[in-house]
Amino acid sequence: MKTLKHASIFTILMLLFSMNDAKAQAPKGDVLIQNATVLTITNGTLENTDILIEDGKIKNIGKDLRQPNNVTVIDAEGMFVMPGIIDAHSHIAGTSINEGTSQVTAEVSMEDVVNPMDVSIYRALAGGVTSIHLMHGSANVIGGQNETMKLRYGSTNPDDLRFEGAPRTIKFALGENPTRGGRRRGIQPQTRMGVEAMVRNSFNDAIKYREAWAAYNSNRSNRKMAPEYDLRMETLVDILEGEILVHCHSYRADEIYMLMRVFSDFGIDKLTFQHANEAYKVAPELAAFGASASIFSDWWAYKLEVYYSTAYNAAILTRNGVNTSINSDSGELIRHLFHEAAKSQKYGNLSDNEALRLITLNPAMQLGIDDHVGSIEVGKDGDIAIFDKHPLSTYAIPQMTFVDGVKYFDINTDEADQRIMIDPEASIEDVVIFNREDFDMCMHEESLVNFYELVNEEK
Amino acid sequence: MRSTKLLLTILVLLLSTTLSVAQNDIMRQARAEKFALTNAKIYTVTNGVIENGTIVISNGIIEAVGTDVSIPSDAIVIDYAGQEIYPGMIDSGTQLGLVEIGSIAEAQDIREFGDITPQMEALTAVNPNSEAIPVTRVSGVTTVITRPSGGVFPGTAATINLFGYTPDQMFAGSKGLVINFPSSGRRWRQTQEEADRARERALKTLNETWDKAELYAKIENSDEARYYPEMEALARVVKGEMKVYIEVNAAKDILSAIEWVQEKGLSDVVFTGVSEGWRVAEELAEAGIPVITGPVQSVPTRSSDAFDAAYKNPSVMQKAGIKVAIRTNDTENSRNLPYHAGFAAAYGMGREEALKAITINAAEIMGLEDQIGSIEVGKKANLFVATGDPFETSTQIIEVFIDGYQIPMTSRQIELYNEFLDRVPGLNKNPVTTDQ
Repeated sequence: MKTLKHASIFTILMLLFSMNDAKAQAPKGDVLIQNATVLTITNGTLENTDILIEDGKIKNIGKDLRQPNNVTVIDAEGMFVMPGIIDAHSHIAGTSINEGTSQVTAEVSMEDVVNPMDVSIYRALAGGVTSIHLMHGSANVIGGQNETMKLRYGSTNPDDLRFEGAPRTIKFALGENPTRGGRRRGIQPQTRMGVEAMVRNSFNDAIKYREAWAAYNSNRSNRKMAPEYDLRMETLVDILEGEILVHCHSYRADEIYMLMRVFSDFGIDKLTFQHANEAYKVAPELAAFGASASIFSDWWAYKLEVYYSTAYNAAILTRNGVNTSINSDSGELIRHLFHEAAKSQKYGNLSDNEALRLITLNPAMQLGIDDHVGSIEVGKDGDIAIFDKHPLSTYAIPQMTFVDGVKYFDINTDEADQRIMIDPEASIEDVVIFNREDFDMCMHEESLVNFYELVNEEK
Repeated sequence: MRSTKLLLTILVLLLSTTLSVAQNDIMRQARAEKFALTNAKIYTVTNGVIENGTIVISNGIIEAVGTDVSIPSDAIVIDYAGQEIYPGMIDSGTQLGLVEIGSIAEAQDIREFGDITPQMEALTAVNPNSEAIPVTRVSGVTTVITRPSGGVFPGTAATINLFGYTPDQMFAGSKGLVINFPSSGRRWRQTQEEADRARERALKTLNETWDKAELYAKIENSDEARYYPEMEALARVVKGEMKVYIEVNAAKDILSAIEWVQEKGLSDVVFTGVSEGWRVAEELAEAGIPVITGPVQSVPTRSSDAFDAAYKNPSVMQKAGIKVAIRTNDTENSRNLPYHAGFAAAYGMGREEALKAITINAAEIMGLEDQIGSIEVGKKANLFVATGDPFETSTQIIEVFIDGYQIPMTSRQIELYNEFLDRVPGLNKNPVTTDQ
């Protein structure tokens, strides 16, 4: 009896340990893709080529690769294989988006609000997407920290979707969204002047905070009291020290230029402008600074600050040497980012490789994950999308999507209902009529800040 | 001798400056001439594909199409060897001309006050100088339905060509009353309870108003009848003098709408939206009601639906025997119409049927099939020239004709491209330093 009890406790303990273990270890797969047209991004297009993925990593690329034991083989003859698509601006799988209680909320993080059961994840996989940048909203000047994720759909544990080794990133926002919030609440900022001041003030506060801690640490004694620990300030210090990449919601050229000046003054050099509809107007300055742009393919006119947009934005930026990506910011667009990238050929004649880079290597660089993903190279992660036609063709249909060599989407075995969690009490399922503006998640996000009574306005 | 040379130089200089000014004018101004477009691959839509064909345009009308066409001596001949010509694309659901900037109330004229405003005319509020119009037409979309929204009877939609300086110059000759059929579908952020209540209210409004309109139609010419602009507008529909566009999306609403239409004895009816048409395609086909559906690039209506439910919707309906036109339901990005059609084509509809869905089917649904929707003798010269398949993003649209006018191939987006691709001045050599 006694031993049995001990045994069961032991079993429970073992179980607990193994569960912890499972959490830490994302599944890795072994697969051999044969006879494909491989769009490597960094090494041209390889015809009739095999890709061997072992333990989640690309082990070999070449013709007639030897087939190891216990490896799934996929005959991809006539198919096109590209690196898994990366969306540098997404809000799918986020259960809340805006911490709108202050104009600076650097202390909060999207990692705390990941919903791994959002069926949008599966739909993104069905569009060849393997990684997303789950972003905080744009209601405040310095928003929360974002979460870079891999779309390992099927797990109910948010931690399983973490992108291991991805650097921390944070959201900033300029222009109409933060100033509207300020006006509604009767506080700063209500103008683009106020936005700049707020960024500068925050960094100056952080410098003071850092100095206070440095002074305390350099001469510790029992008689001195430590400065107050402030997670918000800690985060801002990390930005100043280059440990957190800034992704800034912005539209107009003047505000983009403003932030580059501010960042120069504070010696911060890692900067990506999100949306950046007018980035094309300051393309030479962006290139000189080394800043990136993550933009829509063709969205415009939904608010004043995007009225003077051009769908040639990606082409102008690329030609001027600015690292540029195309993002979705939408649970709809994320499903056909390959098509969104293809529009850069209509608007500015980008080459096939330039167009594909907009949704692979370029966003990977913006997120600091280009050592892991963004191209098909030996040593990189086995994140792969397979299409029946060239992915820049409107007629292309995604066939299979792999993350770390594990297949998460296969059109041949695709079934309609892919929900992980089904409400047992809902007898009749909701019908939600698609409306483009409703489904723009940046817009959606502000519904959560009813605090501001901002409804249906943000993008 | 010297003076004549000088004079000549001055003359040449003068001439060349006037010439360049004239060229700049042409850049922004349409040309109305007799045209012969030669050596092109012509997709007529209604009569197959003509290799090495010629189209003659005269007085805004297609005068001749074929391989054996005599070219009038006064025609401007444009050689389109290696290019393809298609009928102008028709987006049968937009708010072009009515919405300039989405978030600014002052820049929108789509929704009049009240739920019952059938007398409102979209055409009245069309701004011919909207920036979105050139942006759209240079992509080969020559004609759109522009429609009011909101309430149960938001007003009358109009078909417009995307060229002209007054709404009347743009009007393509078809109007239809819009009815938003009471929806059981839940809009984003609405609770099911709110949605149910809204539906009941809307049903009541719809039926009560309709009953009154039927009565009004009977007595409108009598001495006792007072003048009700709402009823006046509805009476025309009751009497079958005007087309009705019924916006309806959820499957059970589509079935209710079919019943409603049959009960009211309406015949000139089009269903629009029809997101869940694939669920009730047989019933729709049996009712013989044509459909304007889209956007094709949209999220499925239910979270249990397949990822491609919306992509396949037009194809399922078309295969069931329903006449299908495709719309973007967009405004500033109505230019994406060929890509919505392209997705429908890829997901089962095929290229030929998808092309019909944005040309001849749309024209037939609007009752304009004798004027637009295909390249045929006697039809309006609404067409475009492309370097290849217009559903592909790598294809460039190189020329557009609307009502026989050769349209300037520019828009603000193209002008910004030309200005900023290689900006002058470029980078400041001595970067400004801030004072902070």
